[in-house]
Amino acid sequence: MSFASFGEFLAMGNHGPYVWSAYGISLLVLALNVVLPILARRRYLQDEARRLRREEAK
Amino acid sequence: MNWTWFHKWGSPKWFYEMSGRWLPWLAVAAVLLLAVGLVWGLAYAPPEKYQGNSYRIIYIHVPAAFLAQSCYLMMAIAGAVGLIWKMKLADVALQQAAPIGAWMCFIALVTGAIWGKPTWGTYWIWDARLTSMLILLFLYFGIIALGNAISNRDSAAKACAVLALVGAVNIPIIQKSVEWWNTLHQPATFKITGKASMNAEMWLPLLIMVLGFYCFFGAVLLMRMRLEVLRREARARWVKDEVAGLVKAGSK
Repeated sequence: MSFASFGEFLAMGNHGPYVWSAYGISLLVLALNVVLPILARRRYLQDEARRLRREEAK
Repeated sequence: MNWTWFHKWGSPKWFYEMSGRWLPWLAVAAVLLLAVGLVWGLAYAPPEKYQGNSYRIIYIHVPAAFLAQSCYLMMAIAGAVGLIWKMKLADVALQQAAPIGAWMCFIALVTGAIWGKPTWGTYWIWDARLTSMLILLFLYFGIIALGNAISNRDSAAKACAVLALVGAVNIPIIQKSVEWWNTLHQPATFKITGKASMNAEMWLPLLIMVLGFYCFFGAVLLMRMRLEVLRREARARWVKDEVAGLVKAGSK
């Protein structure tokens, strides 16, 4: 561990705002890249389910 | 030489089945590598002599920049394969990789800017490395826009493949920019020959993060490609069965 305390870890030797904003934005972008395709797949399957039900009703 | 492995890529069904098997492994590897790399890089790696702790930003900046360039090269290769062999899957890979590459390029630029403020005293300068990376981002935007603008799928595939191939000229320019011009950006930390200009306690977590980003890219790309294959092959018997199965499993 290169930090003596959790407070020091958060402070990052006065570079805290830079380090944490960089990591925060990056992790947000990575999460977005995972969540968007999952939502798109779910939406596609819901549309397909609706279409299949309509076809069955005919 | 046996070319059956290559011909298999011509079958969307084979790709769909195989990628379903690879995806969980890639996802698990990505999560593990990124978790280990993040904790190691943020908390355990020693501070840098001159930059203090701000240098820890490289643990996301460098992997994202690597990936932004590798992704573009992969798209150029996919473009060539698509143009030469008319392989449909190559176009699926090209189109689906573009947004991921653009996001990686965005991460590299933003984290670089944030790191630049305490280190160089400025968020942005028109330096050769920074400018060529910005051009890469615009190339990604161009490919995404071109793919969306042309409604005929074959024409769109051809146009995107050509743009991916032509734009690949930018990749060696990014690579060599720090040697060809006087730039503020430092030269490469890793070299294929010779010693890394960093000690192992610092570059080991970086290597883990790079591997983690590549696995992440692989997993997200497969996720996106699998959905696109289902969409494009919607008329095929196997896709109808697969979608019906997924719908049934989802409604339970």
